[in-house]
Amino acid sequence: MAKAKDWLVAALVLLVGKRGYARRDEAPRLVSKRETDDRAERVVLALLGLSSLCALGFVVVYALDRLPAQTQLLGLALGLSLLALAGALIVAGKRLVPDEELAGEYPPAAHPAEQDAVEQLVDEGVDGISRRRLLKLGLLGAGGALGLAAITPALSFGPFLRVKELLATPWRSGRRLVDENGRPLRAADVEEKALYTAFPEGANDEEQGAPLVVVRLPKRELDLPAELAGYDADGIVAYSKICTHAGCAVSLYRAPLFRPTEPRPALVCPCHYSTFDPSTGGTVVFGPAGRPLPMLPLETDAKGYLRAKGNFDGPVGPSWWGVRNRKASS
Amino acid sequence: MRLRALILLAALALPAAAAAGPGQGLHLYGRFCASCHGPGGSGEIRSSQIGGGPARDQIVQGGLGPPLRGVGARAADFYLRTGYMPLRRTGLQPRRARLLLGPRQIDALVAYVASLGPGPGVPAPHPERGNLSDGQLLFSERCAGCHQITGEGGYVTGAVPPDLHSATAVQIAEAVRIGPYVMPSFSERALSTRQLDSVIRYVEWTRSPDDPGGWALGHVGPVPEGLVTWFLGASVLVALCMLLGKRLRG
Amino acid sequence: MVGRAQPEGELVIRGAVRFVDERTGTAPFLRKALRYLFPDHWSFLLGEVALYAFVVLVATGIYLTFFFVDSTHQVVYHGPYVPLKGQRMSEAYRSVLDLSLSVKAGLLIRQTHHWAANVFLAAIVLHLFRIFFTGAYRKPRDLTYYIGVTMLGLALLEGFMGYSLVDDLMSGMGLFIAYGVGMSIPFVGANLTAGIFGGAFPGAASLWPRLYVAHVLLLPILIGVLLTAHLVLVALKHHTQFRQRQAETERTIVGAPLWPAQTPRSLGLMVGVAGVLFLLGGLVQINPIWLWGPFHTYVSTNGAQPDWYLGWLIGALRLVPGWDFTIGGYTVVPNPFWGGVAFPLIVIGFLYFWPWIERRMTGDTGFHNVLDRPRDAPRRTAVGIAMATLVFLVLLAGSADRVTVLFGISYDAQLWLYRVLVFVGPLVAGLVTYRVCVELQRGEVVEEERRRAEGEARRAALQAQRAGRPS
Repeated sequence: MAKAKDWLVAALVLLVGKRGYARRDEAPRLVSKRETDDRAERVVLALLGLSSLCALGFVVVYALDRLPAQTQLLGLALGLSLLALAGALIVAGKRLVPDEELAGEYPPAAHPAEQDAVEQLVDEGVDGISRRRLLKLGLLGAGGALGLAAITPALSFGPFLRVKELLATPWRSGRRLVDENGRPLRAADVEEKALYTAFPEGANDEEQGAPLVVVRLPKRELDLPAELAGYDADGIVAYSKICTHAGCAVSLYRAPLFRPTEPRPALVCPCHYSTFDPSTGGTVVFGPAGRPLPMLPLETDAKGYLRAKGNFDGPVGPSWWGVRNRKASS
Repeated sequence: MRLRALILLAALALPAAAAAGPGQGLHLYGRFCASCHGPGGSGEIRSSQIGGGPARDQIVQGGLGPPLRGVGARAADFYLRTGYMPLRRTGLQPRRARLLLGPRQIDALVAYVASLGPGPGVPAPHPERGNLSDGQLLFSERCAGCHQITGEGGYVTGAVPPDLHSATAVQIAEAVRIGPYVMPSFSERALSTRQLDSVIRYVEWTRSPDDPGGWALGHVGPVPEGLVTWFLGASVLVALCMLLGKRLRG
Repeated sequence: MVGRAQPEGELVIRGAVRFVDERTGTAPFLRKALRYLFPDHWSFLLGEVALYAFVVLVATGIYLTFFFVDSTHQVVYHGPYVPLKGQRMSEAYRSVLDLSLSVKAGLLIRQTHHWAANVFLAAIVLHLFRIFFTGAYRKPRDLTYYIGVTMLGLALLEGFMGYSLVDDLMSGMGLFIAYGVGMSIPFVGANLTAGIFGGAFPGAASLWPRLYVAHVLLLPILIGVLLTAHLVLVALKHHTQFRQRQAETERTIVGAPLWPAQTPRSLGLMVGVAGVLFLLGGLVQINPIWLWGPFHTYVSTNGAQPDWYLGWLIGALRLVPGWDFTIGGYTVVPNPFWGGVAFPLIVIGFLYFWPWIERRMTGDTGFHNVLDRPRDAPRRTAVGIAMATLVFLVLLAGSADRVTVLFGISYDAQLWLYRVLVFVGPLVAGLVTYRVCVELQRGEVVEEERRRAEGEARRAALQAQRAGRPS
């Protein structure tokens, strides 16, 4: 019974007692002495306690289901716990440990003797070899060739050498235009001052060559250049929806209600504001695009549905080195 | 100048005494609209003696407003209740503005414009019948390019599509069908009534969307996030560094 | 309470030290290392802030890898978030939706990770400024500096890949732009970009797993290795210092020892950085991808912007006037190249070459352990401020459309203003900075002379007094 009490007292002493550290071997001090700061110790303990509480709070908040603003409470709990711990460490750093400022030596700038020794070592290791330069060249050649061989399989990573894939679009002559739900687009449904997005029937919508912007302009307003003559279907024009600058979807349509006082019709890209004129074949009228929007030739079939008459007048998407001397392929 | 001041005084005094008589619409039209839209909504000005409207710096600009015959109550209701009209000066983008006219006066003007020719009436949308997810998808595909995905508004070359947070359900329905200024218009064929209800439901939802992540920073994305990074994040951490380290003495 | 002769804490320490030394032989190293000196200035802690942000990034990032699905395979959403119900999206996007909206603490960790990335780059930039404007990159620390600049580039790439992996509408638009910029590299752009993406945009199904591996394995390892080398180099040559007292010279370093003074400070900073990041992660929403919706090639939103550290690139892309440089039918330089490749190369190139340029300019090829104050090197400070002004102006230009929306200033007018400003601004800023530095230096010389003169006068007066003569 007495022994148990002893252990209890010992445990309490261990946990709660303040202690002065008795110097062990009378060795000279290596670290300057810091006077005990009682208040600071209590502040640090309080901060540690706060940190523990907040961390436990985190666990409690986590366990509670369907708590409103749970992310905020979790963040507050964890954040405050960490900040309290940081505070404890900072106070400890400023008040509990000695604030020493010592002088020392920067390491030497160089070690000339050892440098010479290393140089000598390396030299003497190979000075028995007569054809040093030639062997060096040989090693370099072998290493270079091996390196080349090592990176060659990286070509299988992707079509580095097959840029033809960049020209492919799912459009071909006779392909019907459909909306995002797959319903075919009738010419009669295409009204002025409205913007339509269309896709090739049966193809993957996410391909860069797939999406179109379709608008109807009054026939008299169309001013297509000679090479694009007949690309419209009675005033309905279709362009690639992928901006020729850097690829964002051209989803803005500036469609004036009252022409005399309002800006002209234009297709605009929201990324860098490249602006294309639908009445002149998608020419760039503002913004950083360097190439007009590719135009898709349209026709109306016997049942009144819109169909492509062929592929775009040029490759779709952002410009690259071969974009002007190649054609879009089906 | 004197004449303008007198007209201003009279116009300010009038609303209080105005009775919603049948002639009031015509009266208001002559005062506020005729100088641009022409007598009887013809869009043509024949006489240069139609005066400018009070409280707007209108110069007489003959025939620079579209004809209003056949636009119906829908257009008049939209433009007047948002304050888009009367327009301060032609050529400007119509924007929400302080209303110059009281609700009874607007009613009268709307009735007058509707009487100018057969046209669409004021729509009666039912957003509660719409589907929020359909609305999100439609808005994302057809509207977000100009108005931004959560309706915060944006920029188009030469115009500023407004944010949609003050638009009522009726106004949204009207704008979608009319296509004011350079906005495309979407007829029933392009956007059915049910689809429009869904879009309106989504727009109304964007006024207080789900923000489980905390302070939403206006739902516009990385620019305010960058400001927080520097002014809340980096600045606090620099202050922490200053607390920990010494400063360069003189 | 009286203390005991052999406190328990000491027994533990003795046991640990003995264990380590017997197995590694590092007691002599530890003895030196524990008293390694840290010169004391608050700006020397900025690099540590970046380091700790990186630690938080790795820790939160590991958590995220257990939830993210690196696949662009399209699925239909049937989760609890109503506005996206029934919509088509990639598995990647859905996994981040689920993590954000259905996993407890998932959103906290995700947002903390994203805030940590933003703050990481801000800290790197601040640290870079400190290094640059104090001349800390001079020999023998030029290698450390090159490693640091490389890490900056890697961090930019890593951040971009990280937020692009989510496949939401905004980041998807950014990825397409990156593709467009890649395509614009003369002669080889299309081949390189198509090769990396696995074909035309949106690329092959293998793109996403590869992007993921690059983001969670390759680049973190690369950054980690470079970071280790960076820290080891700093430790080997010791930290630079300002000359504040006679004691601080090129040969004698003055500072606080690692143990015990620096340890609680560094630990406190680490925990403090983590605390701030978790507070941000819980309280301030970042990248709410459920609001943007999933990415589709044919959809775009107004107001799309990259994260702040790439804002300088969107500004550059918008400022360059529209033309592709062609020779005959061959497109030599597509437009995005200037803003997306040339401009950042010039800036990063400046950072890499500056130590060499400065050595040529000043003829100073010596070793330096003592730092300059910015005013002590007017030309360096002026050039640095000029470069920073350039980048900052281009960054501002990237938000010109929001300025039009908020304040009504014409977008076209702003574009032209910035096009002029990016040439005039840095020049003016550099000249003004140079002047300010020179004047500050002159002011100090005058002050020093004044003090000396006063001191002499006082001494003379004292002498006269002692000699009993009237002053």
